[in-house]
Amino acid sequence: MASMVSVQGLSKIYDDGFKALDSVDLEIEEGEVLALLGPNGAGKTTLISAICGIATATSGTVTVGGHDNVRDFRAARSMIGLVPQELTIENFETVFNTVRFTRGLFGKPRDDAYLEKLLRQLTLWDKKDNRLLTLSGGMKRRVMIAKALSHEPRVLFLDEPTAGVDVELRKEMWDVMRDLKGSGVTIILTTHYIEEAEAMADRVAVINKGEILLVQDKAELMKQMGKKTLTVDLDAPVDSLPDSLAQRGVELGADRKSLIYTYDTAARKTGITDLLADIRKAGLHLTDVHTKQSSLEDIFVGLVTEDAA
Amino acid sequence: MNFQAIRAIYIFEMNRTFRTIWQSIVSPVVSTSLYFVVFGAAIGSRIQEVEGVSYGAFIVPGLMMLTVLMQSVSNAGFGIFFPKFTGTIYEILSAPISVLEIIIGYVGAAATKALMIGLIILGTATFFVDLEIQHPFWMIGFLVITCFSFAMLGFILGIWANNFEQLQLVPMLLITPLVFLGGSFYSVSMLPEAWQKVAMFNPVLYLISGFRWAFFGMADVPVGWSLAAIGVFCAICVVAIWTIFRTGWRLRA
Ligand SMILES: Nc1ncnc2c1ncn2[C@@H]1O[C@H](COP(=O)(O)OP(=O)(O)O)[C@@H](O)[C@H]1O
Ligand SMILES: [Mg+2]
Repeated sequence: MASMVSVQGLSKIYDDGFKALDSVDLEIEEGEVLALLGPNGAGKTTLISAICGIATATSGTVTVGGHDNVRDFRAARSMIGLVPQELTIENFETVFNTVRFTRGLFGKPRDDAYLEKLLRQLTLWDKKDNRLLTLSGGMKRRVMIAKALSHEPRVLFLDEPTAGVDVELRKEMWDVMRDLKGSGVTIILTTHYIEEAEAMADRVAVINKGEILLVQDKAELMKQMGKKTLTVDLDAPVDSLPDSLAQRGVELGADRKSLIYTYDTAARKTGITDLLADIRKAGLHLTDVHTKQSSLEDIFVGLVTEDAA
Repeated sequence: MNFQAIRAIYIFEMNRTFRTIWQSIVSPVVSTSLYFVVFGAAIGSRIQEVEGVSYGAFIVPGLMMLTVLMQSVSNAGFGIFFPKFTGTIYEILSAPISVLEIIIGYVGAAATKALMIGLIILGTATFFVDLEIQHPFWMIGFLVITCFSFAMLGFILGIWANNFEQLQLVPMLLITPLVFLGGSFYSVSMLPEAWQKVAMFNPVLYLISGFRWAFFGMADVPVGWSLAAIGVFCAICVVAIWTIFRTGWRLRA
């Protein structure tokens, strides 16, 4: 698949000398949802700003749909829709006017039928003549999305779209994103909610301190780096862990009634069969067995702490 | 050229103007009327004529300039300061538009509003004095180009300003003295000779002089100088705005 957005060697040093992006390379494929995951201050917003033309890159190049975002900025920017992190709106404008304004700004001729469809999709049509200051926070966020989509962009950047948003609205946002993905729009989503990346992304990029630590297919990432824990519940507490089990790396649970074994799902031999045999040999009786797959969160925290070390 | 964008910005800004149209019109009309009462009637009854023109009529071009300059600067300043202040400027910065389109949209809208108010003041003036405009074409020409060039100045000011105080204070401290000292209420020839020389450094003098020439056919400085001065001023503003957007000064991180 062709790259929709191509970022090469992108660095950003702010006026105060702070290096917010350090030679970032990133290829975003057409039609995918890429979650850009990173802690606060990692450089997510800076990266988006440099791609969209809000911040000037110190070095490096960006192309969108094959168009250089500086030399051929008109073509590049026409393809982009941006929902910024902050809720920034013209409070005294009406919903319809503000959305129509953005469409014009991006060089598209007036098309009120399209805007009507868009506002209906985002359940904003009833509010189209309302001034923005009369809307709830969630509605305002949807107006921001409507503005970003008003000129039918091929690439949509969503900078922390669900930060500080209640659970219900978050689910609604996700539905909106799925619809968009369905219509072929490439989506770049920044978030520090792992749950969101897990729910929405095709691929995950992890950024920390201005550097991309990894870009990978989400499912593959979880499979490759995913650890699973096996918990064995015992019928009676034990005083100490039998040597045969300790050698396998088994730990005793805090309640002394369970054994915890962490293994790698990607390994050829997980050692579970041998472990169960050893438990029986040690004369222990088990009442229950369960496993837990580690989440993206664990992977992420692992990566970022490793990076800090 | 992204004409859709120019249109969008222009319409958006004009909507903002029309939302507050009464505020925008009432205050200049009231203050102009006051000027006529004070300067035209009270003082004018003693001064009688300036170079063959009744004093009441003589101050009309200056009064129009006073309001038009203030309006152009503050409209354009506010027009770009507000999105910067609320953060909606991100849209302008990320849109496929060039500096020229931004200038035409924002400055054009601010200048239009100032022009409308200038004409309203002219209309108000006709209630107080008899006016015969000798060069109506030039009068409108001077007015339009003044609105545009000072709207550009205001635009620069709006980008420069970090807060509302700066945005309001600078036009007051800059424009008001320049207009008052630029011969809005007197002919420069009425000043002592030393001050006449100083006054020549005031760019607004050339504007008012040219404008007054369009009304009455008489001027403090040759009308060609007036045109040259405003042309140079315009060029400086265009270069300044172009540089601001190219470097991203106060706009882009
Ligand atoms: N205009 C700026 N000037 C100086 N430093 C900045 C500026 N904007 C952001 N930064 C710094 O750059 C780093 C990355 O910020 P940002 O891209 O906003 O992170 P994120 O969006 O991942 O939370 C932060 O340390 C932040 O303080
Ligand atoms: Mg951010």
